[in-house]
Amino acid sequence: MAREIAYLDAIREALREEMRRDPQVFVLGEDVGAYGGAFGITKGLQEEFGEYRCLDMPISESCIIGVSVGASLRGFRPVAEMQFGDFITCGFDQIVNQAATLRYRYGGRVACPIVVRAPVGGNVAGGLYHSQNPESWFVHRPGLKVVAPSTAWDAKGLLKAAIRDNNPVIYLEHKYLYRRAKGPVPEGDEIVPIGQAAVRREGSDITLVTYGAMVMASLDAAERLSKEGVEVEVIDLRTLSPWDKGAVLASLEKTSRLVVVHEDVKTLGLGAEISATVMEERFEHLDAPVMRVTYPDSHCPFSAVLERENLPNADKIADALRTLAAY
Amino acid sequence: MASIKRFKFKLTTEQLLEMLYWLKLIRAFDERLSVLVRQGRVRSGVYSSIGQEAIIVGSCFGLEKDDYICPLHRDLGSFLMKGVSPGVMMAQMYAKATGLSKGRDSALHSGVPELGIFGNTSMLGANTPVAAGIALTFKLEQRRNVVLAYFGEGAANTGDVHEAMNVAAVHKLPVVFICENNIYAYSVPIEKSMAIEDVADRAEAYGFDGVSINGNDVLAVYQAAQGAIARARSGEGPTLIECKTYRWHGHSEHDPAFYRTDEELAMWKSRDPLTTFTTYLRHRQMLSDEILLEIDQRVVKEIDEAVAFAESSPDPDPSEAATDMLA
Ligand SMILES: Cc1ncc(C[n+]2csc(CCOP(=O)(O)OP(=O)(O)O)c2C)c(N)n1
Repeated sequence: MAREIAYLDAIREALREEMRRDPQVFVLGEDVGAYGGAFGITKGLQEEFGEYRCLDMPISESCIIGVSVGASLRGFRPVAEMQFGDFITCGFDQIVNQAATLRYRYGGRVACPIVVRAPVGGNVAGGLYHSQNPESWFVHRPGLKVVAPSTAWDAKGLLKAAIRDNNPVIYLEHKYLYRRAKGPVPEGDEIVPIGQAAVRREGSDITLVTYGAMVMASLDAAERLSKEGVEVEVIDLRTLSPWDKGAVLASLEKTSRLVVVHEDVKTLGLGAEISATVMEERFEHLDAPVMRVTYPDSHCPFSAVLERENLPNADKIADALRTLAAY
Repeated sequence: MASIKRFKFKLTTEQLLEMLYWLKLIRAFDERLSVLVRQGRVRSGVYSSIGQEAIIVGSCFGLEKDDYICPLHRDLGSFLMKGVSPGVMMAQMYAKATGLSKGRDSALHSGVPELGIFGNTSMLGANTPVAAGIALTFKLEQRRNVVLAYFGEGAANTGDVHEAMNVAAVHKLPVVFICENNIYAYSVPIEKSMAIEDVADRAEAYGFDGVSINGNDVLAVYQAAQGAIARARSGEGPTLIECKTYRWHGHSEHDPAFYRTDEELAMWKSRDPLTTFTTYLRHRQMLSDEILLEIDQRVVKEIDEAVAFAESSPDPDPSEAATDMLA
């Protein structure tokens, strides 16, 4: 049975269900205990599972992730919360050097089943240090998986998959979606497999690949183009590493036109990788250059006027789609 | 502040002789590595522990199998004492397929969970949050096991060590922090990196006991470690043991160590942990010429066999250069 709940409540539901299912799962982070986390995601968990399964940690991001790695070595499945995705930089070394390399340097003899949840993204008046999109750093690092749900359904299903995965998974939850992405979420144990994209809208003229908060804006733009006679297929990657190449290439074979939309900055973002892959593997299918609609190579300004200027939105995406359709 | 309770942990003659064996084995391993580096047969960075062996032997002696160690880059001997064979460690230094990393990395960047060995990355201090995580699981499972976390006086200045000590203190985790203060962090003497004389003084600020001891006296290390371990096992939380010592060789085998004087080195060589301990055993009539010869021959044989094992081991299979990225 699916009922409508918010993205943020879906995350909590996944945590609670996984903690009930598996005693090795525990949550740790700043203010996650009695307070329930800066966004209320862990509300009620300490009450139900006790102090140590919903553990308040000092402001020590590196230690939060290092502790998670240590616990994973002993068969636990820690879910670490970064208060804001921006602060993940303070735990960067423990992710990219410690967790990501563990299995490789142990000669394949261990796994590192940790999840690092990070509230990311702009459009929430966050300014420079509460708006960033760090996905490319982690997609660029082998040994990690990166997921970025765009719906409440996926927020739950992907978190369950991440917790059960035997690798370090960076779970990017978009703050803009916390309450805005309300939708059906199954009550039961529904898993959204890591590595599988979802086609959010079918279309035969242009393939639009996106993820996270940009899915909403992209669907909006696609509807506008439909009224103009252009049918856009919108693919929500859901998993950024490993991204679903098969789904993207299959759609491209149908449409021959591709635009990648992301909130992350342009240079070496997912768009660059997807574009290069398409060039390498489906060059002869392309009727037009691959386009990108992204954040400029800029920091995230606080002023609403400035942020609006930088953020991709339905208008900008629709413009790109028109250019691509006319090419 | 309460001072550390003094224990007297008794050792049999047999145990004392076993300690001598470990001191000699670790010394011989490092001496052989030094030669192998000069011969160009080992290409790994080699961080010799010659002069510091008493710290590892004194602290690891008597550990239980499920107790965990999180060594620093100079602590190859701890892997041996925890049960990895000299051959496998030598193969690790040779980057052979039979090494712990299967050739992916050398040095101590690999571990063995079944033996309670965590191998850190190159990142100094990054082992200590992991140590706290392992200790947290001992606490959660109400086991009486302990974690020994090693770091140099140089690494003592990293944020990770600070974060880990603080977290261990807050939750009274069963960790013994062991600082191997060999005066130099690569070339930088301690007075240029901290304004206090004893790293142990920092413990009080975290809320647990710290002691500064003669790290070249294997029995002093043993007594201090056993005391701290006993306290950790009974839920009394962490202790910091600072072991004052000196490394005879350069930072690595490639470092000529011109930053220190011959007189200083000679002074510390006169405090050789092996000579001191041998003299102690002699005075107590515990060590006959025959036993000494027996130990020396056993050590040479084991090191010879380790080198032979490493040299006859196959190189890694090129097909495994990019495998084990994910579980
Ligand atoms: C985070 C980090 N910075 C720098 C280095 C390079 N480095 C390796 S060992 C070393 C000195 C370490 O000194 P100390 O911690 O006292 O240990 P010791 O080598 O003296 O045993 C340095 C600077 C490193 N490995 N990691």
